[in-house]
Amino acid sequence: MAEILLRAQDLSKSFGAVQACRNLSLDIATGEIHALIGPNGAGKTTLLNQLSGDLMPDSGHIFFNGKEISRLPLHKRAHLGLSRAYQITSIFPHLSVEENLLLAIQAHSGHSFRFWKNAATDPQLQAQLIPALEQVGLAERAGERAGSLSHGEKRQLEVGMALACKPKLLLLDEPMAGMGPGGTVELSKLILKLKEHVTILLVEHDMNAIFALADRITVLVYGEAIATGTPEQIRSDPAVRQAYLGDEVQ
Amino acid sequence: MLLIIEQVLNGLQLGIMLFLMSAGLTLVFGIMQVINLAHGSFYMLGAFVGATVTACTGSFLAGIAVALPAAALAGMLVEALVLRRLYKKDHVDQVLATFGLIMFFNEATRMIWGRQPLFMDVPPWLSGSIEIIPGVPYPSYRVAVIGVGALVALFLYILFTHTRIGMQIRAGASNREMAGALGINIKMLYTLVFGLGTLLAGLAGVMAGPILAVEAGMGESILILTFVVIVIGGIGSVRGALVGALLVGMVDTLGRAFLPALFRLFLSPAYADGVAASMASMSIYILMAAILVWRPRGLLPAHA
Amino acid sequence: MFRQSTRKILFLAAGALFLLLLPPVAKLVGEPYFISLFSRILIYALAAVSLDLILGYGGMVSLGHAAFFGIGAYVVSIFAFHGFEGSPIISWPFTLHGQTSGLVAWPAAILACALLAAIIGALSLRTSGMHFIMITLAFAQMLYYFFVSLEAYGGDDGLSLFSRNTLPGLDLGDDTHFYYLCLALLFTFLFIAWRLVHSRFGMVIRGSRENEKRMQALGFPTFRYKLVCFIIAGAAAGLAGALIANQTEYVSPGLMHWTRSGEILIMVLLGGMGTLFGPVLGAATFLLLEEVLAIYTEHWMFYLGPFLIVVVLFAKHGIYGIIAGREEKHG
Repeated sequence: MAEILLRAQDLSKSFGAVQACRNLSLDIATGEIHALIGPNGAGKTTLLNQLSGDLMPDSGHIFFNGKEISRLPLHKRAHLGLSRAYQITSIFPHLSVEENLLLAIQAHSGHSFRFWKNAATDPQLQAQLIPALEQVGLAERAGERAGSLSHGEKRQLEVGMALACKPKLLLLDEPMAGMGPGGTVELSKLILKLKEHVTILLVEHDMNAIFALADRITVLVYGEAIATGTPEQIRSDPAVRQAYLGDEVQ
Repeated sequence: MLLIIEQVLNGLQLGIMLFLMSAGLTLVFGIMQVINLAHGSFYMLGAFVGATVTACTGSFLAGIAVALPAAALAGMLVEALVLRRLYKKDHVDQVLATFGLIMFFNEATRMIWGRQPLFMDVPPWLSGSIEIIPGVPYPSYRVAVIGVGALVALFLYILFTHTRIGMQIRAGASNREMAGALGINIKMLYTLVFGLGTLLAGLAGVMAGPILAVEAGMGESILILTFVVIVIGGIGSVRGALVGALLVGMVDTLGRAFLPALFRLFLSPAYADGVAASMASMSIYILMAAILVWRPRGLLPAHA
Repeated sequence: MFRQSTRKILFLAAGALFLLLLPPVAKLVGEPYFISLFSRILIYALAAVSLDLILGYGGMVSLGHAAFFGIGAYVVSIFAFHGFEGSPIISWPFTLHGQTSGLVAWPAAILACALLAAIIGALSLRTSGMHFIMITLAFAQMLYYFFVSLEAYGGDDGLSLFSRNTLPGLDLGDDTHFYYLCLALLFTFLFIAWRLVHSRFGMVIRGSRENEKRMQALGFPTFRYKLVCFIIAGAAAGLAGALIANQTEYVSPGLMHWTRSGEILIMVLLGGMGTLFGPVLGAATFLLLEEVLAIYTEHWMFYLGPFLIVVVLFAKHGIYGIIAGREEKHG
């Protein structure tokens, strides 16, 4: 079996009286696309937040590449190879597409206490810019204000920025939300292409995409992982059918 | 010993005044998320209106009776005309616009009442002293101030925990959109909350009249203390404002009273007084810094 | 007619030319007063540009920036005071003598402010938003009250300097020499700041303003960058303070009062936040308005207040924004 890249062990998180995460354990194997599904309020975002460092768990452990990162601050996780593509409002709308990507590249090109040289024309950063733009298909839109991109293009930029950090594990947070069928197809193709370089944890609602892309799926209900397995195993798991799928997927 | 008790009471009285100032302001900060530098202007308005009406009618109570609605109405007017447009704006914009309000109010006050400070006498029926602790006479007026403040604190407590409007305010504090979705008229609520805040500020102002000088710009000095109280207590938290206000009132008063004596123990008198004066004026800021290091969101923050 | 960037360059060139030619022209028309008026404007412009660095580019709304302005001024004055008195400033742990030489006093002012900014920044930058505003305000007021209580240096009445600092090769007592020095320092700082905001460091600062969480998620430890920016801005404001002490030959705690911070903030806004050159325009506008309005009415603040509100609500991008177009705005 492939080695474990990320292990979450007995994670718990409460907000006041609401327990969003209950003793949740999860393994993600290197090289796989692992999907996280569950009804709204199941705790998917909370889990993702704890993995990325936006939230600290109340109890439990997270191990990344063998190293414990349970309470490591956000910026340090990025340097270990854990990267997250947030939802749309997390690009820099007033900067150009190019500047957005350059920032992501810059974050992983040494320290930024350089006060004199122009960052936009820095050859070290520029060298990585072209491939980054092409990887997500935004080469033509490089000079435009990120805020003026279409919904789908913003998504691409978001993923591009997360990728520019050269991650080992990419956390994709509902990348297909709000996209039409055409966009979904494009994004699915992109995710499959990425799989060659990056392990992916995908949170999504689009069931068809999930079942087409995922190697393994974990189902979350009320903060607990009720099942983990291949798409086939999940489809036929009675607990899952009862809690979540119902008659939607045959 | 008598001196200590007297200073503690003074600290309590200052704390109460600060509570009146900060209770309303912390709500405005917490609920409307607006930073309002002009809060001191309503304190000033209360003092000026109170002083003028008292001088005209000879009755301190009449002064209060006019000053309070004046402050509340002025507040609601300002909210409707200016503040309302600032809710969705950046903090910089809010700071600048309310700074403009301060300029306007200060200058308007100078234009109407002139540059000389007004003097307000302690009303005759409060000008004696009471021995609230046997053997310790304390000015009746200051006792009255403490009493009024305590009543206000009680009133606010009842308002927030036992009335519908209080619950609506708390709901608005936690979640604006949800409260709006539940049918609470948010606009009206905001105006009322703001008006309540300015009313309390006006009350503090009119009560401060006999103790401090009534002059244009008086709002700014108490505004800073108010901010310190709010930062210490926690933005949006009235309980925090009470705790913070009492703490700041005590530290400031006792510091000024006793630091010189303390420093004289091991420094020459000339040096001691100088150092003590400096330390006393910085004491509450040092307190604030210390609390922030320990609890960056204040002692009793409003939300978890 | 002209492209936006051409318009901007033309406007800046015209402005620079105007400032360069001001002293001879002022003398020609027999109004030498303008030289000292514009020296004041240049000094406040320096302070405003330094504030723009943390505010317009870094998104740090500091209401305590005038503290550095005031401290810089006081360092120079204290050095001068002791220089004339002959007594040392401090005798323990080492003896520090007063100085009237600008070569010692001005770097001392810059250093003192940098140190202070490091301390205040380290404490304040752990917070953000409303907390940050109020905390910077409180720290500035703390310093204000401290200097008011400092009887040895005049307290509330302030301290006069016997003469301006000395610098080799220049006679700062001559208003024209002093003006050109201020101009040179302003231009130098503008150049440094320009390179700064376009460098890698500048990009981190600008990104943190727009979306700090995202910057951290990308891997930037934003706190330390913001702190360094805060220190640089504080040091520059300290230099401006050293200059104002020389210009007026008088300092008082009022220089660091939070309302002074507010005035510098107004200059940044009036001119245009996040543009570096806008604040220069804003400083000129504010100080000239003050001069002109004061002639007509002593109650000019009555009009400036609402004017400010109107500008905030309707003309967000300031004068520079109107003139130079909106392409460089960061929103």
